[in-house]
Amino acid sequence: MSENTVTPRRAALRLPAVPMAILIGVVIGGLLVLVSGGNPFNAYWRILVGSLAPANWPDTLNWAVPLVGMTIAAAIPLRGGMVNLGGDGQLAIGGFVAAVLPVLLPQILPLPGPLLALVAILAAMLAAGLYAALAAFGEVRFGIPMLISSLLLSYPAIGLTSYFVGFPLRDTATGLSQTAMIPEGARLATISGPLNIGLLLILVVAGLVLYVDRRTVFGYELRMRGLNPRFTAYGGVKPGPQMLRTLFASGAIAGLVGAIIVLGSLYRFQDGALLTPGYTWSGLMAALLANGEPLGAMVAGLFFAALQTGGFAMQRETEIPRVLTMILQAIIILFLAIRHGVVRRA
Amino acid sequence: MDFISAFMVNSTVQAITPILLAALAGCLCGRVGVFNIAMEGQLLIGAFCAVAGSHYTGSAALGVAAALVGTVVFSLILAYGATVFRGDAVVICIGMNLLAAGLTAYLLRQLFGVSGVFSDPNIAELAKIRISSIQSIPWLGWIVSRQTVLTYLCWALTAIVAYVLFRTPVGLRMRGVGEDPEAAQSMGVDVRRYRVVTVLVAGALTGLGGAQLSLGTVGIFSEGMSAGRGWIAVVAVMLGRDNPLLAALACVLFGIADALSVKLQSQGLPNQLTDIVPYVVTLAALVVSYRRKRDRRPASAEAAAA
Repeated sequence: MSENTVTPRRAALRLPAVPMAILIGVVIGGLLVLVSGGNPFNAYWRILVGSLAPANWPDTLNWAVPLVGMTIAAAIPLRGGMVNLGGDGQLAIGGFVAAVLPVLLPQILPLPGPLLALVAILAAMLAAGLYAALAAFGEVRFGIPMLISSLLLSYPAIGLTSYFVGFPLRDTATGLSQTAMIPEGARLATISGPLNIGLLLILVVAGLVLYVDRRTVFGYELRMRGLNPRFTAYGGVKPGPQMLRTLFASGAIAGLVGAIIVLGSLYRFQDGALLTPGYTWSGLMAALLANGEPLGAMVAGLFFAALQTGGFAMQRETEIPRVLTMILQAIIILFLAIRHGVVRRA
Repeated sequence: MDFISAFMVNSTVQAITPILLAALAGCLCGRVGVFNIAMEGQLLIGAFCAVAGSHYTGSAALGVAAALVGTVVFSLILAYGATVFRGDAVVICIGMNLLAAGLTAYLLRQLFGVSGVFSDPNIAELAKIRISSIQSIPWLGWIVSRQTVLTYLCWALTAIVAYVLFRTPVGLRMRGVGEDPEAAQSMGVDVRRYRVVTVLVAGALTGLGGAQLSLGTVGIFSEGMSAGRGWIAVVAVMLGRDNPLLAALACVLFGIADALSVKLQSQGLPNQLTDIVPYVVTLAALVVSYRRKRDRRPASAEAAAA
C-alpha cells in the first residue's frame, strides 16, 4: 500500500482498509454469534433496522451526540500524535460540575435559567480541560508519560465525584447516589423526542474543530506535530505549551459532553451514569479508525453510534447481548492497526 | 501485631500476586522493545478462562491451565501484530483491552447466562497451601502460609525473570533486541522471533495473574474484575525501568497502598474515597520517580520505540 506510506494522513478514512476492517469485524462477530447459537444474519438485520430505520434516527442521533463528542475529544490529541486515555475522568468532572453549579449557584447569585446553563457548561469545560491539562503538565514538567498518567488520573476523578454524589451532595429525597434535580430553566431545551440542543452544541464544536484543523496555525502546527514532532519543534513550535493546549481542548470537549448529558437528558449527576455507556472508549476507537483526522473520526463516531443503537434493538429482539457491538469495534481497530499500521507517533 | 493485621498482610500479599505477574510480563516485553499496555485485558481474559476452565472441569489446576492457554492465544494478537505486521503496539493494546472487556462480557452471558458476576459452587478455587513448619510461627506464619501456589510462584518467577534477563545469554540477547534491534539482527539474533516468544511468555505470566484474580480468593468472575490492576502493573514497569526486581518493589508499594485503602475503609471511610488511595499513591510515586530522573530522555520516546 504505497499510497499510505507517502501520504498517511491525507485520506479521511483510508477507503480500501476501513471497509475491509469492517467486513472482517462483521464476519468474525457473525461467527461468534453463530458459535454461541444465534443467527448472525438476523442479528445484523436487527442492528441495521434498529439504527437506520427512519423511526429510529432520533435514538441513533441521541446516542451519537456524546459518542461523537468523545470522538472529537480523542481525535484532537491523536491528530498531534498524542493519546488522551483519561476521557472517563474528564467526562465525570464535566458532568459533575454541570450538575452541581445549577443547584448551588442560584443560592448565591440568582441567574436566569439559560445563563445558568451557559455558566454551567463553561465551568464544566474549564474544569475538565484543566484536569486533562494536568496529565500534559506531568509529561512536560516531569516527563511522566501522558498516555498512562491521563488514564490513572481518571480513577481519582471518578472516585471523588462518586463520593460527592454519594455523601455531601446527595439528594436525600431519593435512595440513589445522585444529586438534586437541576432547576427546569437551566435544562437544555428539547428539539424533538430525545433530542435536545446538545446536538446543536456538538455540531458547532465539530465545525469549529474542523475549522481549527484546516484553517488555523494551531491546527497546522498540531498536524505537523503528528507527522514529525522533532521537525515541528525544530520549526519553532514549543512542544510543551502545545501539548498543554491540546490536552486542555480535548478535556474541555469531554467536559462539554458530560455537561450536555447532565443538562440535556439526566438533569442530575447519577453515579456511574455517564461512564457505563462507554462513550470514552468507543470515541477513542472511532478517532483511531480515522487516525485522528477530525472529519473521518466524526463519521466513524456516527458509525459506532449507529452500531451501538442497533445493538440495543438486537438485544431486545434476539437475546444476543449487545456487547457484541463492542467486540466488533475492537476487531475493526485491531485489524486496521495490524493490517495497515494505524500510525501513532509519540 | 494482632491477628487482624497479620490477616491484612496476608491478603495484601495475595493482592500483589496478579499485579506482580502482570508487571513481570511488562518488564519482559519492555526489554525486547514491545510496549505492552494490554495487561489489563490479558488479566481479564486469564481470569475468565480460569473460571470457565475450573467450572467445566471442577479442577482449579485445569482452570489455571485454561487461563494460560487462553491468555497466550489472546496475546498472539500483540505478538504478531506488533512484530510481523508492524502495527503500533499502543493502538493494538488499546484494542485488545476493549476486546477483552467485550469478549468476556459476551461469553459470560452466552456461556453462563449471567451478566455482571458469575459465581457457582462448581468453580474450584485454588487451594491455600499451609506450610505446617511455618504456620506455627505466630505472626509470620499467617502471612507466609495460607497462600495459593501462584503467590509463591510469582515471587520465584520474579527471581527467575531477573536471572534470565541479566545472567543468561538468552537474556543478553533479549536486552539487545530491545536496545538496538538492528545491531542484534546483525549479530544473528532473530529479532522478530525473540519478540514473538517474549510476548507470548509474558501472556502466560499475565494469564497466571488472571487465574489468581478469579480463583485465588473466592472463585468468581465479574465483568471488568481486573479493575485497573493491569494499568498499575504498567506503572510498576515504568517505575522499575523494566527491571523485574525494582518493578516487584513498586508492586509491594501498591500492595501497601491497597492494604491502607482497606484499612481506611474499615475505619468507616466511604469506599469511593478509599478506592482511589492506590491510584493516588501510584501517581505520587510516578511524580517522585520522574522528578529525580528529569534529565533522562522524554518518556514518550519509550512508546515511540515500541
